[in-house]
Amino acid sequence: MELFRSANIDWLGKKWYFLGFSLIFSVAGLISIFFWHGIPTGVDFKGGTAITVQFDSAPHEDNIRKALAAANIKDATVQRISDVGGGALGNKEIISLPMSTAQDTAHDEGRSAVENALTAGYHDSGFTVQQVDIVGPTAGKQLTHEAELATLYSLLGMLIYLWFRFELIYGVAAVVAVFHDTLITIGFFSLTNQEITLTVVAAILTLVGYSMNDTIVVFDRIRENLALNRRDKLADLVNRSINQTLSRTVIASGLTFLTVLCLFVFGGEVLRGFSFALVVGIIIGTYSSIAVAAPMLVAYQDWRAKKAPAGKRVALPAAKVVRR
Amino acid sequence: MGKNLASRTGFIVAVLLIFTYGIFGIPHGGLKQSLENRINLGLDLKGGTHLVLQVHVAEAVNSSTDRDVQALNTALAATGGTAAKLDPAHPEVITISGGSPTQQSAIHEVLTGNEYAGYDVSSTGNGGYKMTLKLSEIRTIEERALDTSIDTIRERVNTLGVSEPVIEKYGLGDNEILVQLPGVSDPGRVENIIQSTAKLEIHAVVGSYGSEAEAQQANPAGIPADAELLKGSNGAGGPDQYYLLKRLAIVAGTDFRDAQPSTDENGRPDITFDLTTEAGERFYKYTDANKGTGQMAIVLDNQVREVAGIEGAIRDQGRITGGFSQDQAADLSLMLRTGSLPASISYLETRTVGPTLGAASIHQGVVASIAGLVVVLIFMLFYYKGAGINADLALILNLLILLGFMGFSGATLTLPGIAGVILTIGMGVDSNVLIFERIREELRLGKTAAAAVQDGFAHAWTTIFDTHVTTVVSAAILFLFGTGPVKGFAVTLTIGLIANIFTAVFVSRTIFDYLLSKKERGTAELSI
Repeated sequence: MELFRSANIDWLGKKWYFLGFSLIFSVAGLISIFFWHGIPTGVDFKGGTAITVQFDSAPHEDNIRKALAAANIKDATVQRISDVGGGALGNKEIISLPMSTAQDTAHDEGRSAVENALTAGYHDSGFTVQQVDIVGPTAGKQLTHEAELATLYSLLGMLIYLWFRFELIYGVAAVVAVFHDTLITIGFFSLTNQEITLTVVAAILTLVGYSMNDTIVVFDRIRENLALNRRDKLADLVNRSINQTLSRTVIASGLTFLTVLCLFVFGGEVLRGFSFALVVGIIIGTYSSIAVAAPMLVAYQDWRAKKAPAGKRVALPAAKVVRR
Repeated sequence: MGKNLASRTGFIVAVLLIFTYGIFGIPHGGLKQSLENRINLGLDLKGGTHLVLQVHVAEAVNSSTDRDVQALNTALAATGGTAAKLDPAHPEVITISGGSPTQQSAIHEVLTGNEYAGYDVSSTGNGGYKMTLKLSEIRTIEERALDTSIDTIRERVNTLGVSEPVIEKYGLGDNEILVQLPGVSDPGRVENIIQSTAKLEIHAVVGSYGSEAEAQQANPAGIPADAELLKGSNGAGGPDQYYLLKRLAIVAGTDFRDAQPSTDENGRPDITFDLTTEAGERFYKYTDANKGTGQMAIVLDNQVREVAGIEGAIRDQGRITGGFSQDQAADLSLMLRTGSLPASISYLETRTVGPTLGAASIHQGVVASIAGLVVVLIFMLFYYKGAGINADLALILNLLILLGFMGFSGATLTLPGIAGVILTIGMGVDSNVLIFERIREELRLGKTAAAAVQDGFAHAWTTIFDTHVTTVVSAAILFLFGTGPVKGFAVTLTIGLIANIFTAVFVSRTIFDYLLSKKERGTAELSI
């Protein structure tokens, strides 16, 4: 069986649609980030206390809130976790307290206060505390800084590698594409108001690597075709390269998507954010290799041709000779 | 070709055996048991507590200069000079003043003596001097405070009976310590033990009052300079009590030689202690002189735990009863044995995962991995037919190598690490897809099967190399900057990708070559 045996699609002819599509999602994400939900961050970055409590039977959130209020615990949010596992894994609530409960000096107070409040005021069923995350203001700042640095350095590392293996413009195009993916993925988290945790940042960095993967496959083919044929217009050559790799792109991305989907469905609540980032990211990452990175190469070439003196032919971005 | 093929096959089988050993070892007992022995699970999977602490090392610097001020004042007594720390914001600066003009050279000699080599000494005119602790000296003191804290915490944790605890310096910020306690899911108790500086002293009691106001009424001239007013900690929840104590301790924290939890004649938990010989002498003198009349207070971390009448002379053995619970008695005697921390500590981060949640996470992770694997295996068989078997074998070997390496290296498998395994399945198959698509293309150009395999692998190699390097770059950066679980993810992803180059290129190629060698030259056909 073979799909896309001889695909002959004019991808670059659709560049305005692609641009529109990317803009809609990026702008929607940005609007949500700046004017609506912001970037919803979990305790990892914001600081605070998050307590995952498992109840013996389906919990009544109102009663939990009453118990917390009776113990004079303010600003607590109570959030139900829906776990497909159900049964013993269901009946969980995350009780989060804001940062003021997790100061570096009175670190553990929030947790014990919540435990005591539930023991004293919640009588519907027994409960066990399953997970506690307390992040003080200092640690929150350090973790945020660390996540920013990691993202920045991995983009920079890839730019340098592509510069070395191809040409600067390839690196720039790939990094722009990856940045586009990151922006849209974070935008999705903002639009759906899901918390970004440390593991979600790990997922986003993975997605950076994955999207880069996809882009390189197309770029590699462009480089190969350029070595074979220097007469063609770049746009035609890029189109051909995308079509030649289309079968691989769809199958490989599709399979990775399926494994990540398995993770999203079966992986449980703890990995929900992580797998959500990858589910969104793999679709966007595959799309961006075709719709952002490759057209950027062509746009750069057109821009250089326009700038060059009339009649002078502009050299194609040949990339380095393929060593084989 | 035939011999080459045989040696390559031999190599692959050897790799297979080595890594299978890495996963299971030589199985004794159940397979599951030996798997659990080999693979090192992270806290998020087996349950436990993860703490990040910060040691306030400035306090150690402060007390170091305090000691020097004391020593200087003694040394300078003859010269009329006095040493003091004037600026609380700069505990590293000591100011010397008031020395008589005739004694200048004597003062200077003391200050530049060997004991104070850690200071930069400068004259401030008028016979005064300024001593500033050298930066390198400050670093040394801070470093030592951090090391001592780690040692003390380790000693305390070891007595908790935690298996394989991690207590080490932590790189994210300055003076931070990472403590990981597998299997401990009550962070409250752990924090109590680690944090309490356990300053236990015995003071003479001057008076006792029901409230602070009452104490002030009884001492209209104010609290005497050689005494202090401390609150009693009433374990039973009775009325508040305040005690006026002599400031100078009869027995200080460093005087304890040993302490053990025990029970008194009524079965209530208490603590028996031994004092050092010297402190025992001192204690004997005091209790002998005040027996029958005096009262002693046992003060823990500036709270009066117990007040007892002195019934007889005590030398170097005693007991503390103070309405302790069994855990409290055990914790307190532990702290008395291990000594106090050199500086106070604050908590930056605490994460606890209960064992049931960890087990559930493992279960979910395994289910997700198997589901993902099955989907990919079936699809490859269906889409690439004969070559699909090839890819499936490569994929399974990839997972074996990945898990085997985890077993050998003792690297930690975390929940995001399991996600890394699943991603490896997805991304690993990408290399096979790249190669197979390329072989199909070459076949379409009319090449023979052997030539198509040859060129397909050759063409796909550059791409595979580039894509793997970039992904390993991002994984390496995750490893460098990530913490705990995220690091586990970077580890599995990196190993998976490296193993993938071996399986998807080398192993898969060997299988192709084997299939082609079975057939007549030129007539061979590929099922792809």
